[in-house]
Amino acid sequence: MANLLSLLAGAVFAVGLIVSGMSDPAKVLAFLDLAGRWDPSLALVMLGAIGVAMLPYRFAMRRRRTLLDTPVHLPPPAPPDRRVLAGAAVFGVGWGLAGYCPGPVLVGLGAGNPAAALFVVGMLAGMAAHARWGGAGKTSD
Amino acid sequence: MNVDWFAFTPWSALAGGALIGLAAALLALGLGRVAGISGILGQLLAERPARDGAWRFFFLLGLVATAGAGALLGLPVAGEAPVLREGAAAWAVPVVAGLLVGFGSRLGGGCASGHGVCGLARLSPRSLAAVAGFMGTGFVTVFVVRHLLGG
Repeated sequence: MANLLSLLAGAVFAVGLIVSGMSDPAKVLAFLDLAGRWDPSLALVMLGAIGVAMLPYRFAMRRRRTLLDTPVHLPPPAPPDRRVLAGAAVFGVGWGLAGYCPGPVLVGLGAGNPAAALFVVGMLAGMAAHARWGGAGKTSD
Repeated sequence: MNVDWFAFTPWSALAGGALIGLAAALLALGLGRVAGISGILGQLLAERPARDGAWRFFFLLGLVATAGAGALLGLPVAGEAPVLREGAAAWAVPVVAGLLVGFGSRLGGGCASGHGVCGLARLSPRSLAAVAGFMGTGFVTVFVVRHLLGG
């Protein structure tokens, strides 16, 4: 049941990325290009997503067991630290270079896009590098 | 600031965003998990994958297979494929960008979905700092590439 729900959530997530245009790296780069012809769409995607997720999150965070009666693993709100700032800074450079982040690039991969496939190769290598050398502490996700 | 009103798609952005929020809500309520793609993928690659990790595989399967099905139906699921020009540099850029995104998202404990959607939805100051950080360096990177280097 959990796996089926997870499959469905992944599919809905993909449709959301596609409908919003966020699986198109050109549209993401148009948001990041403040000095060019700016496309504010990404901000509204986040607004829509946060708006829908906020109340369910409040409800889920207050519970010990999920609706499927399994333990809740949602991390409580935490203060920022140097790791999260350094990681986000590095992430943003890669994001700005390609217009891809982990969700959209998997849509590109599923669509058979060669640039997305190259990005995924690099991304998996980067994640493996962090797992091997960068993990002094536990990542919070 | 010069807004491109022809490219701006407020309604499909809000609708697509709402679906992303719905997917995050399904995972939070049903599985008690964060819909952060980098975390889901990174945990699958960890040296000792968690025994209860099958849901991660199924989530990613749903994501990739939906995109694949859309592409097979001829739908424009991932925009115009960026043209890979000749030469090593054209191939290197996506790989290097992927390296930075993969390493940075694991170090920072999340990406645009984990921090940007799920983190902000639960009002986490840590996630707000992450979003400000990656948007900041994203803006600067695009400015340098497009307006200083003229790429």
